[in-house]
Amino acid sequence: MFALILGRLGAAWITLLVIAVVVFVGVELMPGDACTALLGRDAVRVEVLENCRDRMGLNRSPVERFFAWAGDLAQGDLGVSMKRERPIVDIVGPRLRNTLILAVAAALAGVPLAIGLGVMVALRRERPFDIIVSTTALVAMTMPEFVVASLLILIFAIWLGWSAGVVTAAYDAPALTLLFATPLPAVTLALVYVAHILRMVRSSVIDTAGADFILMARMKGVPERRIVRRHLLPNAILPTIPVIGLTLAWLLSGVVIVESAFNYPGIGRLAVNAVADRDLPLVQAITLIFGLIYVSMTLIADLLAMALNPRLRTRRL
Amino acid sequence: MSSATILRAVLSQPSGAIGVTLVVGHVLLAVLSPLVLPHDPVAQSAELILQAPSLSHPFGTDRLGRDILSRTMLGGREAMLIATLATLVAMVWGATVGLFLALIGGRTDAYAMRIVDALSSIPGILIVMIFVAALGVGVTALIPILGFSYGLSVVYIARAAALDFVARDFVLAAQARGEARATILIREILPNVRDSLAVQGAMQWSWLLLGIASLSFLGLGVAPPAPDWGLMIADGRGVMQTAPWAVLWPMAMLSSLIVGVNLAADAFSKALGVDRQMGVRAA
Repeated sequence: MFALILGRLGAAWITLLVIAVVVFVGVELMPGDACTALLGRDAVRVEVLENCRDRMGLNRSPVERFFAWAGDLAQGDLGVSMKRERPIVDIVGPRLRNTLILAVAAALAGVPLAIGLGVMVALRRERPFDIIVSTTALVAMTMPEFVVASLLILIFAIWLGWSAGVVTAAYDAPALTLLFATPLPAVTLALVYVAHILRMVRSSVIDTAGADFILMARMKGVPERRIVRRHLLPNAILPTIPVIGLTLAWLLSGVVIVESAFNYPGIGRLAVNAVADRDLPLVQAITLIFGLIYVSMTLIADLLAMALNPRLRTRRL
Repeated sequence: MSSATILRAVLSQPSGAIGVTLVVGHVLLAVLSPLVLPHDPVAQSAELILQAPSLSHPFGTDRLGRDILSRTMLGGREAMLIATLATLVAMVWGATVGLFLALIGGRTDAYAMRIVDALSSIPGILIVMIFVAALGVGVTALIPILGFSYGLSVVYIARAAALDFVARDFVLAAQARGEARATILIREILPNVRDSLAVQGAMQWSWLLLGIASLSFLGLGVAPPAPDWGLMIADGRGVMQTAPWAVLWPMAMLSSLIVGVNLAADAFSKALGVDRQMGVRAA
Protein backbone atom coordinates (compact mmCIF):
# COMPACT_ATOMS: atom_id res chain seq x y z
CA MET A 1 0.00 0.00 0.00
CA PHE A 2 2.64 2.52 1.09
CA ALA A 3 4.96 1.20 -1.60
CA LEU A 4 2.19 1.84 -4.11
CA ILE A 5 1.68 5.43 -2.94
CA LEU A 6 5.43 6.03 -3.00
CA GLY A 7 5.47 4.59 -6.50
CA ARG A 8 2.80 7.06 -7.63
CA LEU A 9 4.72 9.94 -6.04
CA GLY A 10 7.88 8.83 -7.79
CA ALA A 11 6.07 8.59 -11.10
CA ALA A 12 4.69 12.11 -10.61
CA TRP A 13 8.22 13.45 -10.05
CA ILE A 14 9.48 11.66 -13.14
CA THR A 15 6.61 13.12 -15.16
CA LEU A 16 7.53 16.59 -13.91
CA LEU A 17 11.15 16.03 -14.89
CA VAL A 18 10.09 14.88 -18.36
CA ILE A 19 7.88 17.98 -18.70
CA ALA A 20 10.83 20.20 -17.72
CA VAL A 21 13.04 18.47 -20.31
CA VAL A 22 10.35 18.78 -22.98
CA VAL A 23 9.79 22.48 -22.31
CA PHE A 24 13.52 23.12 -22.32
CA VAL A 25 14.25 21.08 -25.44
CA GLY A 26 11.22 22.56 -27.23
CA VAL A 27 12.60 26.04 -26.77
CA GLU A 28 16.16 24.88 -27.62
CA LEU A 29 15.05 23.32 -30.90
CA MET A 30 13.54 26.51 -32.20
CA PRO A 31 15.42 28.88 -34.43
CA GLY A 32 16.88 31.77 -32.49
CA ASP A 33 16.97 32.01 -28.71
CA ALA A 34 15.72 34.23 -25.93
CA CYS A 35 18.07 37.00 -27.04
CA THR A 36 17.06 37.09 -30.71
CA ALA A 37 13.42 37.06 -29.60
CA LEU A 38 14.03 39.88 -27.13
CA LEU A 39 16.15 42.05 -29.35
CA GLY A 40 14.17 41.62 -32.54
CA ARG A 41 15.81 43.70 -35.27
CA ASP A 42 18.69 44.73 -32.99
CA ALA A 43 19.86 41.11 -33.08
CA VAL A 44 21.72 41.73 -36.35
CA ARG A 45 24.30 43.71 -34.40
CA VAL A 46 26.63 40.93 -33.33
CA GLU A 47 28.13 42.68 -30.31
CA VAL A 48 24.70 43.52 -28.87
CA LEU A 49 23.59 39.93 -29.36
CA GLU A 50 26.77 38.54 -27.77
CA ASN A 51 26.44 40.95 -24.88
CA CYS A 52 22.87 39.82 -24.25
CA ARG A 53 23.84 36.15 -24.48
CA ASP A 54 26.66 36.67 -22.00
CA ARG A 55 24.34 38.45 -19.62
CA MET A 56 21.73 35.66 -19.76
CA GLY A 57 24.29 32.88 -19.71
CA LEU A 58 23.23 31.59 -23.12
CA ASN A 59 26.81 30.90 -24.18
CA ARG A 60 27.11 27.84 -22.00
CA SER A 61 26.34 24.36 -23.33
CA PRO A 62 22.64 23.33 -23.39
CA VAL A 63 23.22 20.54 -20.86
CA GLU A 64 24.92 22.94 -18.47
CA ARG A 65 22.09 25.43 -18.88
CA PHE A 66 19.42 22.77 -18.37
CA PHE A 67 20.89 21.73 -15.04
CA ALA A 68 21.34 25.35 -13.93
CA TRP A 69 17.71 26.06 -14.89
CA ALA A 70 16.32 22.87 -13.32
CA GLY A 71 18.38 23.48 -10.19
CA ASP A 72 16.90 26.95 -9.85
CA LEU A 73 13.43 25.54 -10.47
CA ALA A 74 13.86 22.97 -7.71
CA GLN A 75 14.61 25.84 -5.34
CA GLY A 76 11.50 27.70 -6.47
CA ASP A 77 13.41 30.17 -8.63
CA LEU A 78 11.63 30.45 -11.97
CA GLY A 79 14.15 32.87 -13.47
CA VAL A 80 13.75 36.43 -14.64
CA SER A 81 11.23 37.73 -17.16
CA MET A 82 12.95 39.34 -20.13
CA LYS A 83 10.32 41.90 -20.95
CA ARG A 84 9.41 42.90 -17.44
CA GLU A 85 12.91 42.44 -16.03
CA ARG A 86 11.56 41.17 -12.74
CA PRO A 87 11.76 37.76 -11.05
CA ILE A 88 9.10 35.52 -12.62
CA VAL A 89 7.99 34.31 -9.19
CA ASP A 90 6.84 37.85 -8.32
CA ILE A 91 4.91 38.16 -11.58
CA VAL A 92 3.36 34.71 -11.57
CA GLY A 93 2.55 34.42 -7.84
CA PRO A 94 -0.36 36.85 -7.46
CA ARG A 95 -1.81 35.92 -10.85
CA LEU A 96 -1.66 32.22 -10.04
CA ARG A 97 -3.60 33.05 -6.88
CA ASN A 98 -6.24 34.83 -8.99
CA THR A 99 -6.54 31.89 -11.36
CA LEU A 100 -6.94 29.47 -8.45
CA ILE A 101 -9.66 31.72 -6.99
CA LEU A 102 -11.49 31.61 -10.31
CA ALA A 103 -11.04 27.86 -10.81
CA VAL A 104 -12.02 26.98 -7.24
CA ALA A 105 -15.10 29.24 -7.35
CA ALA A 106 -16.16 27.65 -10.63
CA ALA A 107 -15.56 24.15 -9.29
CA LEU A 108 -17.40 24.82 -6.01
CA ALA A 109 -20.41 26.12 -7.92
CA GLY A 110 -20.18 23.69 -10.80
CA VAL A 111 -19.39 20.27 -9.34
CA PRO A 112 -22.37 19.93 -6.94
CA LEU A 113 -24.69 21.32 -9.61
CA ALA A 114 -23.30 18.91 -12.18
CA ILE A 115 -23.66 15.89 -9.90
CA GLY A 116 -27.19 16.89 -8.89
CA LEU A 117 -28.33 17.51 -12.45
CA GLY A 118 -26.54 14.39 -13.70
CA VAL A 119 -28.42 12.21 -11.20
CA MET A 120 -31.71 13.94 -11.94
CA VAL A 121 -31.49 13.45 -15.71
CA ALA A 122 -30.27 9.86 -15.31
CA LEU A 123 -33.32 9.00 -13.20
CA ARG A 124 -35.54 10.55 -15.88
CA ARG A 125 -33.70 8.94 -18.74
CA GLU A 126 -34.97 9.66 -22.27
CA ARG A 127 -37.74 11.86 -20.90
CA PRO A 128 -38.08 15.48 -22.11
CA PHE A 129 -36.18 16.88 -19.10
CA ASP A 130 -33.23 14.57 -19.78
CA ILE A 131 -33.23 15.28 -23.50
CA ILE A 132 -33.27 19.05 -22.99
CA VAL A 133 -30.58 19.09 -20.29
CA SER A 134 -28.32 16.55 -22.00
CA THR A 135 -28.51 18.29 -25.35
CA THR A 136 -27.80 21.66 -23.72
CA ALA A 137 -24.81 20.10 -21.99
CA LEU A 138 -23.53 18.67 -25.28
CA VAL A 139 -23.84 22.06 -26.95
CA ALA A 140 -22.21 23.81 -23.95
CA MET A 141 -19.22 21.49 -24.02
CA THR A 142 -18.66 21.80 -27.75
CA MET A 143 -19.09 25.58 -28.00
CA PRO A 144 -15.78 27.46 -27.89
CA GLU A 145 -15.23 29.14 -24.51
CA PHE A 146 -14.63 32.51 -26.11
CA VAL A 147 -18.00 32.35 -27.89
CA VAL A 148 -19.74 31.48 -24.61
CA ALA A 149 -17.84 34.28 -22.87
CA SER A 150 -18.71 36.88 -25.50
CA LEU A 151 -22.36 35.77 -25.56
CA LEU A 152 -22.62 36.06 -21.78
CA ILE A 153 -21.12 39.55 -21.91
CA LEU A 154 -23.55 40.55 -24.66
CA ILE A 155 -26.60 39.17 -22.85
CA PHE A 156 -25.91 39.85 -19.17
CA ALA A 157 -23.66 42.88 -19.25
CA ILE A 158 -24.83 44.78 -22.33
CA TRP A 159 -28.46 43.85 -22.89
CA LEU A 160 -29.64 43.15 -19.35
CA GLY A 161 -27.05 45.27 -17.54
CA TRP A 162 -26.89 42.86 -14.60
CA SER A 163 -23.14 42.91 -14.12
CA ALA A 164 -19.92 44.32 -15.44
CA GLY A 165 -18.72 42.73 -18.64
CA VAL A 166 -14.99 42.60 -18.06
CA VAL A 167 -12.81 42.69 -14.97
CA THR A 168 -11.21 46.06 -14.36
CA ALA A 169 -9.64 45.21 -10.98
CA ALA A 170 -5.84 45.10 -10.77
CA TYR A 171 -4.04 41.78 -10.34
CA ASP A 172 -3.33 42.47 -6.68
CA ALA A 173 -6.95 43.25 -5.75
CA PRO A 174 -8.41 41.31 -2.80
CA ALA A 175 -9.89 37.91 -3.66
CA LEU A 176 -13.50 38.88 -3.05
CA THR A 177 -13.22 42.04 -5.14
CA LEU A 178 -12.02 39.99 -8.07
CA LEU A 179 -14.70 37.39 -7.69
CA PHE A 180 -17.60 39.79 -7.22
CA ALA A 181 -16.47 42.33 -9.79
CA THR A 182 -18.24 40.11 -12.27
CA PRO A 183 -19.42 36.53 -11.86
CA LEU A 184 -19.29 35.94 -15.62
CA PRO A 185 -15.75 34.43 -15.88
CA ALA A 186 -16.52 31.92 -13.12
CA VAL A 187 -19.88 31.17 -14.76
CA THR A 188 -18.24 30.54 -18.15
CA LEU A 189 -15.68 28.20 -16.64
CA ALA A 190 -18.34 26.48 -14.49
CA LEU A 191 -20.54 25.94 -17.55
CA VAL A 192 -17.84 23.86 -19.22
CA TYR A 193 -17.18 21.93 -15.99
CA VAL A 194 -20.90 21.26 -15.47
CA ALA A 195 -21.42 20.00 -19.01
CA HIS A 196 -18.59 17.48 -18.87
CA ILE A 197 -19.24 16.22 -15.34
CA LEU A 198 -23.00 16.03 -15.84
CA ARG A 199 -22.67 13.70 -18.81
CA MET A 200 -20.19 11.54 -16.93
CA VAL A 201 -22.40 11.25 -13.83
CA ARG A 202 -25.42 10.55 -16.02
CA SER A 203 -23.81 7.61 -17.78
CA SER A 204 -22.40 6.24 -14.51
CA VAL A 205 -25.84 6.31 -12.85
CA ILE A 206 -27.44 4.69 -15.91
CA ASP A 207 -24.78 1.96 -16.01
CA THR A 208 -25.15 1.23 -12.30
CA ALA A 209 -28.94 1.15 -12.55
CA GLY A 210 -28.60 -1.84 -14.85
CA ALA A 211 -26.38 -3.76 -12.41
CA ASP A 212 -27.48 -7.08 -10.91
CA PHE A 213 -27.45 -5.84 -7.32
CA ILE A 214 -30.07 -3.21 -8.14
CA LEU A 215 -32.27 -5.88 -9.71
CA MET A 216 -31.66 -8.00 -6.61
CA ALA A 217 -32.72 -5.17 -4.30
CA ARG A 218 -35.82 -4.60 -6.37
CA MET A 219 -36.70 -8.30 -6.22
CA LYS A 220 -36.25 -8.27 -2.45
CA GLY A 221 -38.91 -5.59 -2.40
CA VAL A 222 -36.72 -2.71 -1.24
CA PRO A 223 -38.68 0.55 -1.71
CA GLU A 224 -37.62 2.45 -4.84
CA ARG A 225 -36.49 5.53 -2.88
CA ARG A 226 -34.25 3.41 -0.72
CA ILE A 227 -32.81 1.65 -3.78
CA VAL A 228 -31.89 5.00 -5.27
CA ARG A 229 -30.43 6.45 -2.08
CA ARG A 230 -28.66 3.48 -0.52
CA HIS A 231 -27.90 1.16 -3.41
CA LEU A 232 -27.70 3.16 -6.59
CA LEU A 233 -26.23 6.59 -5.85
CA PRO A 234 -23.25 5.65 -3.63
CA ASN A 235 -22.16 3.02 -6.13
CA ALA A 236 -22.67 5.31 -9.10
CA ILE A 237 -21.15 8.53 -7.77
CA LEU A 238 -18.10 7.36 -5.79
CA PRO A 239 -16.23 6.06 -8.85
CA THR A 240 -16.81 9.34 -10.68
CA ILE A 241 -15.07 11.44 -8.00
CA PRO A 242 -11.49 10.75 -9.16
CA VAL A 243 -12.57 11.24 -12.76
CA ILE A 244 -14.09 14.58 -11.79
CA GLY A 245 -10.68 15.57 -10.42
CA LEU A 246 -9.08 14.66 -13.76
CA THR A 247 -11.73 16.57 -15.69
CA LEU A 248 -11.13 19.69 -13.59
CA ALA A 249 -7.40 19.38 -14.27
CA TRP A 250 -7.97 18.96 -18.00
CA LEU A 251 -10.35 21.87 -18.24
CA LEU A 252 -8.00 24.16 -16.38
CA SER A 253 -6.40 25.09 -19.69
CA GLY A 254 -9.73 26.79 -20.42
CA VAL A 255 -8.61 29.63 -18.16
CA VAL A 256 -6.27 30.80 -20.91
CA ILE A 257 -9.27 31.69 -23.06
CA VAL A 258 -11.72 32.65 -20.31
CA GLU A 259 -9.28 35.03 -18.62
CA SER A 260 -8.39 36.68 -21.90
CA ALA A 261 -12.05 37.09 -22.83
CA PHE A 262 -12.89 38.78 -19.52
CA ASN A 263 -9.60 40.58 -18.98
CA TYR A 264 -9.27 38.61 -15.74
CA PRO A 265 -5.78 39.16 -14.28
CA GLY A 266 -4.76 35.50 -13.94
CA ILE A 267 -2.01 33.25 -15.19
CA GLY A 268 -3.86 32.34 -18.38
CA ARG A 269 -4.02 35.92 -19.60
CA LEU A 270 -0.42 36.36 -18.47
CA ALA A 271 0.49 33.43 -20.73
CA VAL A 272 -1.12 35.14 -23.72
CA ASN A 273 0.63 38.43 -22.95
CA ALA A 274 3.94 36.62 -22.48
CA VAL A 275 3.54 35.00 -25.89
CA ALA A 276 2.64 38.33 -27.50
CA ASP A 277 5.78 39.83 -25.89
CA ARG A 278 7.80 36.75 -26.95
CA ASP A 279 8.98 36.50 -23.37
CA LEU A 280 10.26 32.91 -23.57
CA PRO A 281 11.40 32.42 -19.93
CA LEU A 282 7.97 33.54 -18.73
CA VAL A 283 6.15 31.28 -21.20
CA GLN A 284 8.35 28.35 -20.11
CA ALA A 285 7.60 29.03 -16.45
CA ILE A 286 3.84 29.24 -17.01
CA THR A 287 3.83 26.03 -19.05
CA LEU A 288 5.67 24.29 -16.22
CA ILE A 289 3.15 25.58 -13.68
CA PHE A 290 0.25 24.25 -15.75
CA GLY A 291 2.09 20.92 -15.98
CA LEU A 292 2.68 20.94 -12.21
CA ILE A 293 -1.00 21.65 -11.49
CA TYR A 294 -2.06 18.89 -13.86
CA VAL A 295 0.35 16.36 -12.38
CA SER A 296 -0.70 17.16 -8.80
CA MET A 297 -4.39 16.93 -9.68
CA THR A 298 -3.81 13.58 -11.41
CA LEU A 299 -1.89 12.36 -8.38
CA ILE A 300 -4.69 13.42 -6.04
CA ALA A 301 -7.26 11.79 -8.31
CA ASP A 302 -5.18 8.60 -8.36
CA LEU A 303 -4.82 8.47 -4.58
CA LEU A 304 -8.52 9.29 -4.18
CA ALA A 305 -9.40 6.44 -6.51
CA MET A 306 -7.27 4.11 -4.39
CA ALA A 307 -8.89 5.36 -1.20
CA LEU A 308 -12.39 4.86 -2.60
CA ASN A 309 -11.81 1.56 -4.36
CA PRO A 310 -9.94 -1.15 -2.44
CA ARG A 311 -9.51 -3.16 -5.64
CA LEU A 312 -7.00 -0.60 -6.89
CA ARG A 313 -4.80 -1.08 -3.85
CA THR A 314 -3.16 -4.26 -5.04
CA ARG A 315 -0.23 -4.13 -7.36
CA ARG A 316 -1.71 -6.55 -9.81
CA LEU A 317 -4.30 -4.18 -11.20
CA MET B 1 -21.25 -2.92 -43.41
CA SER B 2 -21.26 -1.05 -46.66
CA SER B 3 -20.83 2.69 -46.55
CA ALA B 4 -24.43 3.18 -47.78
CA THR B 5 -25.75 1.17 -44.81
CA ILE B 6 -23.64 3.20 -42.39
CA LEU B 7 -24.80 6.47 -43.89
CA ARG B 8 -28.42 5.38 -43.65
CA ALA B 9 -27.93 4.44 -40.00
CA VAL B 10 -26.39 7.85 -39.32
CA LEU B 11 -29.08 9.83 -41.11
CA SER B 12 -31.90 7.92 -39.44
CA GLN B 13 -30.88 9.47 -36.10
CA PRO B 14 -32.15 13.05 -35.79
CA SER B 15 -28.84 14.25 -34.33
CA GLY B 16 -26.94 12.51 -37.12
CA ALA B 17 -29.11 14.07 -39.83
CA ILE B 18 -28.69 17.55 -38.32
CA GLY B 19 -24.95 17.08 -37.82
CA VAL B 20 -24.26 15.79 -41.34
CA THR B 21 -26.42 18.55 -42.87
CA LEU B 22 -24.53 21.23 -40.92
CA VAL B 23 -21.12 19.85 -41.86
CA VAL B 24 -21.98 19.33 -45.54
CA GLY B 25 -23.52 22.81 -45.68
CA HIS B 26 -20.44 24.39 -44.15
CA VAL B 27 -18.05 22.56 -46.46
CA LEU B 28 -20.12 23.49 -49.53
CA LEU B 29 -20.26 27.11 -48.40
CA ALA B 30 -16.50 27.19 -47.81
CA VAL B 31 -15.83 25.77 -51.26
CA LEU B 32 -18.38 27.77 -53.23
CA SER B 33 -18.46 31.12 -51.41
CA PRO B 34 -15.68 32.81 -53.42
CA LEU B 35 -17.90 32.42 -56.51
CA VAL B 36 -20.94 34.17 -55.05
CA LEU B 37 -19.33 36.77 -52.80
CA PRO B 38 -21.47 39.95 -52.66
CA HIS B 39 -18.60 42.29 -51.67
CA ASP B 40 -14.83 42.36 -51.35
CA PRO B 41 -14.23 40.93 -47.85
CA VAL B 42 -11.25 43.16 -47.08
CA ALA B 43 -12.40 46.39 -48.73
CA GLN B 44 -12.67 49.07 -46.06
CA SER B 45 -14.94 52.07 -46.33
CA ALA B 46 -15.13 55.10 -44.07
CA GLU B 47 -18.78 55.78 -44.98
CA LEU B 48 -19.95 52.29 -44.13
CA ILE B 49 -18.60 51.93 -40.58
CA LEU B 50 -20.81 49.79 -38.29
CA GLN B 51 -23.90 49.92 -40.49
CA ALA B 52 -26.89 47.91 -39.31
CA PRO B 53 -28.04 45.10 -41.61
CA SER B 54 -29.54 46.49 -44.81
CA LEU B 55 -30.39 45.26 -48.31
CA SER B 56 -26.92 45.84 -49.74
CA HIS B 57 -25.21 44.56 -46.57
CA PRO B 58 -27.64 41.95 -45.16
CA PHE B 59 -25.34 41.17 -42.17
CA GLY B 60 -24.24 44.78 -41.61
CA THR B 61 -20.70 46.13 -41.67
CA ASP B 62 -17.85 46.04 -39.13
CA ARG B 63 -15.82 48.82 -37.52
CA LEU B 64 -13.73 49.24 -40.66
CA GLY B 65 -16.77 49.31 -42.93
CA ARG B 66 -16.18 45.81 -44.30
CA ASP B 67 -19.13 43.68 -45.40
CA ILE B 68 -19.85 41.13 -42.67
CA LEU B 69 -21.80 38.76 -44.94
CA SER B 70 -18.81 38.31 -47.25
CA ARG B 71 -16.42 37.94 -44.33
CA THR B 72 -18.69 35.45 -42.59
CA MET B 73 -19.00 33.36 -45.76
CA LEU B 74 -15.22 33.12 -46.05
CA GLY B 75 -14.48 33.04 -42.32
CA GLY B 76 -14.15 29.27 -41.96
CA ARG B 77 -12.03 28.51 -45.01
CA GLU B 78 -8.55 29.00 -43.62
CA ALA B 79 -9.36 27.41 -40.24
CA MET B 80 -11.00 24.40 -41.93
CA LEU B 81 -8.08 23.89 -44.28
CA ILE B 82 -5.50 24.11 -41.51
CA ALA B 83 -7.59 21.90 -39.21
CA THR B 84 -7.84 19.29 -41.98
CA LEU B 85 -4.09 19.22 -42.60
CA ALA B 86 -3.30 19.17 -38.88
CA THR B 87 -5.83 16.35 -38.36
CA LEU B 88 -4.03 14.33 -41.03
CA VAL B 89 -0.70 14.91 -39.27
CA ALA B 90 -2.20 14.03 -35.87
CA MET B 91 -3.92 10.88 -37.10
CA VAL B 92 -0.94 9.55 -39.06
CA TRP B 93 1.66 9.98 -36.33
CA GLY B 94 -0.67 9.23 -33.42
CA ALA B 95 -2.10 6.08 -34.97
CA THR B 96 1.28 4.79 -36.15
CA VAL B 97 2.88 5.23 -32.74
CA GLY B 98 -0.17 4.00 -30.80
CA LEU B 99 -0.65 0.86 -32.89
CA PHE B 100 3.06 0.02 -32.83
CA LEU B 101 3.26 0.44 -29.06
CA ALA B 102 0.27 -1.86 -28.59
CA LEU B 103 1.88 -4.49 -30.79
CA ILE B 104 5.37 -4.24 -29.26
CA GLY B 105 4.25 -3.97 -25.63
CA GLY B 106 6.67 -4.55 -22.77
CA ARG B 107 9.22 -2.00 -21.59
CA THR B 108 9.34 0.06 -24.77
CA ASP B 109 5.58 0.56 -24.54
CA ALA B 110 5.71 1.43 -20.82
CA TYR B 111 8.51 4.01 -21.21
CA ALA B 112 7.08 5.56 -24.35
CA MET B 113 3.68 5.94 -22.73
CA ARG B 114 5.24 7.74 -19.75
CA ILE B 115 6.65 10.29 -22.18
CA VAL B 116 3.25 10.61 -23.87
CA ASP B 117 1.70 11.06 -20.39
CA ALA B 118 4.13 13.85 -19.58
CA LEU B 119 3.54 15.60 -22.89
CA SER B 120 -0.23 15.32 -22.45
CA SER B 121 -0.06 16.99 -19.07
CA ILE B 122 0.84 20.27 -20.73
CA PRO B 123 -2.30 21.87 -22.19
CA GLY B 124 -2.16 21.68 -25.99
CA ILE B 125 -2.80 25.38 -26.35
CA LEU B 126 0.31 26.14 -24.26
CA ILE B 127 2.53 23.84 -26.32
CA VAL B 128 1.36 25.70 -29.40
CA MET B 129 1.82 29.06 -27.67
CA ILE B 130 5.48 28.32 -26.85
CA PHE B 131 6.06 27.91 -30.56
CA VAL B 132 4.10 31.05 -31.40
CA ALA B 133 6.29 32.91 -28.90
CA ALA B 134 9.41 31.72 -30.65
CA LEU B 135 8.33 31.67 -34.28
CA GLY B 136 5.87 34.55 -34.38
CA VAL B 137 2.25 34.47 -35.49
CA GLY B 138 1.09 32.44 -38.48
CA VAL B 139 -1.10 29.37 -38.31
CA THR B 140 0.26 27.69 -41.43
CA ALA B 141 3.67 27.30 -39.80
CA LEU B 142 1.91 25.75 -36.82
CA ILE B 143 0.37 22.81 -38.71
CA PRO B 144 3.10 20.33 -37.64
CA ILE B 145 2.98 21.54 -34.03
CA LEU B 146 -0.82 21.45 -33.88
CA GLY B 147 -0.71 18.01 -35.46
CA PHE B 148 1.89 16.83 -32.97
CA SER B 149 0.20 18.12 -29.84
CA TYR B 150 -3.32 17.02 -30.83
CA GLY B 151 -1.95 13.64 -31.99
CA LEU B 152 -1.03 12.75 -28.40
CA SER B 153 -4.63 11.80 -27.63
CA VAL B 154 -4.71 9.70 -30.84
CA VAL B 155 -1.82 7.65 -29.42
CA TYR B 156 -3.96 6.67 -26.42
CA ILE B 157 -7.04 5.86 -28.52
CA ALA B 158 -5.15 3.89 -31.20
CA ARG B 159 -3.18 1.95 -28.59
CA ALA B 160 -6.29 1.13 -26.54
CA ALA B 161 -8.21 0.06 -29.65
CA ALA B 162 -5.34 -2.15 -30.87
CA LEU B 163 -4.78 -3.76 -27.46
CA ASP B 164 -8.10 -5.59 -27.92
CA PHE B 165 -6.63 -7.37 -30.92
CA VAL B 166 -2.91 -7.95 -30.34
CA ALA B 167 -3.47 -11.16 -28.40
CA ARG B 168 -6.11 -12.58 -30.77
CA ASP B 169 -5.43 -15.80 -32.66
CA PHE B 170 -5.24 -14.16 -36.10
CA VAL B 171 -2.46 -11.86 -34.92
CA LEU B 172 -0.60 -14.73 -33.24
CA ALA B 173 -1.01 -16.75 -36.44
CA ALA B 174 0.47 -13.92 -38.48
CA GLN B 175 3.37 -13.70 -36.04
CA ALA B 176 3.89 -17.45 -36.28
CA ARG B 177 3.93 -17.19 -40.09
CA GLY B 178 6.83 -14.80 -39.61
CA GLU B 179 5.09 -11.71 -40.95
CA ALA B 180 6.88 -8.42 -40.40
CA ARG B 181 5.48 -6.13 -37.70
CA ALA B 182 4.51 -3.48 -40.21
CA THR B 183 2.62 -6.06 -42.26
CA ILE B 184 0.74 -7.34 -39.20
CA LEU B 185 -0.10 -3.78 -38.32
CA ILE B 186 -1.49 -2.90 -41.74
CA ARG B 187 -3.10 -6.21 -42.72
CA GLU B 188 -4.34 -7.59 -39.39
CA ILE B 189 -4.82 -4.76 -36.91
CA LEU B 190 -5.60 -1.65 -38.94
CA PRO B 191 -8.80 -3.05 -40.53
CA ASN B 192 -10.12 -3.82 -37.04
CA VAL B 193 -9.45 -0.41 -35.54
CA ARG B 194 -10.36 1.57 -38.67
CA ASP B 195 -13.80 2.58 -37.36
CA SER B 196 -12.48 3.83 -34.00
CA LEU B 197 -9.82 5.83 -35.80
CA ALA B 198 -12.36 7.34 -38.21
CA VAL B 199 -14.55 8.58 -35.36
CA GLN B 200 -11.45 9.86 -33.56
CA GLY B 201 -10.41 11.70 -36.73
CA ALA B 202 -13.74 13.54 -36.80
CA MET B 203 -13.34 14.50 -33.14
CA GLN B 204 -9.79 15.70 -33.78
CA TRP B 205 -11.06 17.86 -36.61
CA SER B 206 -13.60 19.53 -34.34
CA TRP B 207 -11.04 20.05 -31.54
CA LEU B 208 -8.57 21.52 -34.01
CA LEU B 209 -11.19 23.86 -35.45
CA LEU B 210 -11.87 25.00 -31.93
CA GLY B 211 -8.19 25.32 -31.06
CA ILE B 212 -7.39 27.32 -34.19
CA ALA B 213 -10.39 29.60 -33.66
CA SER B 214 -9.27 30.14 -30.06
CA LEU B 215 -5.74 30.99 -31.18
CA SER B 216 -7.13 33.45 -33.73
CA PHE B 217 -9.34 34.97 -31.04
CA LEU B 218 -6.25 35.49 -28.86
CA GLY B 219 -4.50 37.14 -31.80
CA LEU B 220 -2.06 34.24 -32.13
CA GLY B 221 -3.60 32.44 -35.10
CA VAL B 222 -4.90 33.61 -38.47
CA ALA B 223 -3.41 37.04 -39.13
CA PRO B 224 -5.63 40.05 -39.86
CA PRO B 225 -7.04 41.33 -42.20
CA ALA B 226 -7.96 37.83 -43.42
CA PRO B 227 -11.62 37.00 -42.82
CA ASP B 228 -11.76 34.48 -39.97
CA TRP B 229 -14.53 33.82 -37.45
CA GLY B 230 -12.25 33.82 -34.40
CA LEU B 231 -10.64 37.06 -35.49
CA MET B 232 -13.99 38.62 -36.36
CA ILE B 233 -15.35 37.86 -32.90
CA ALA B 234 -12.24 39.29 -31.21
CA ASP B 235 -12.47 42.33 -33.46
CA GLY B 236 -16.20 42.90 -32.94
CA ARG B 237 -16.17 42.51 -29.16
CA GLY B 238 -15.24 46.12 -28.59
CA VAL B 239 -18.30 47.33 -30.48
CA MET B 240 -20.77 44.70 -29.29
CA GLN B 241 -22.87 47.34 -27.59
CA THR B 242 -23.65 49.27 -30.76
CA ALA B 243 -23.15 46.58 -33.38
CA PRO B 244 -23.94 43.11 -32.01
CA TRP B 245 -24.29 41.78 -35.59
CA ALA B 246 -20.53 42.05 -35.96
CA VAL B 247 -20.03 39.19 -33.49
CA LEU B 248 -23.30 37.26 -33.69
CA TRP B 249 -22.94 36.01 -37.28
CA PRO B 250 -19.41 34.61 -36.93
CA MET B 251 -20.41 33.14 -33.55
CA ALA B 252 -23.38 31.37 -35.09
CA MET B 253 -21.28 30.02 -37.96
CA LEU B 254 -18.41 28.77 -35.78
CA SER B 255 -20.73 27.21 -33.22
CA SER B 256 -22.94 25.52 -35.81
CA LEU B 257 -19.90 24.00 -37.52
CA ILE B 258 -18.40 22.64 -34.31
CA VAL B 259 -21.71 21.41 -32.90
CA GLY B 260 -22.44 19.84 -36.31
CA VAL B 261 -19.15 17.94 -36.39
CA ASN B 262 -19.76 16.67 -32.85
CA LEU B 263 -23.31 15.55 -33.59
CA ALA B 264 -22.18 13.81 -36.77
CA ALA B 265 -19.24 12.12 -35.02
CA ASP B 266 -21.59 10.97 -32.26
CA ALA B 267 -24.04 9.50 -34.78
CA PHE B 268 -21.26 7.81 -36.75
CA SER B 269 -19.83 6.22 -33.61
CA LYS B 270 -23.28 4.85 -32.75
CA ALA B 271 -23.80 3.57 -36.30
CA LEU B 272 -20.38 1.92 -36.36
CA GLY B 273 -20.76 0.52 -32.87
CA VAL B 274 -17.62 2.31 -31.70
CA ASP B 275 -17.35 3.54 -28.15
CA ARG B 276 -16.88 7.23 -28.68
CA GLN B 277 -13.99 8.28 -26.48
CA MET B 278 -15.49 11.34 -24.88
CA GLY B 279 -12.12 12.58 -23.77
CA VAL B 280 -11.83 16.20 -22.91
CA ARG B 281 -10.95 18.54 -25.67
CA ALA B 282 -7.35 19.51 -25.68
CA ALA B 283 -7.62 23.20 -26.36
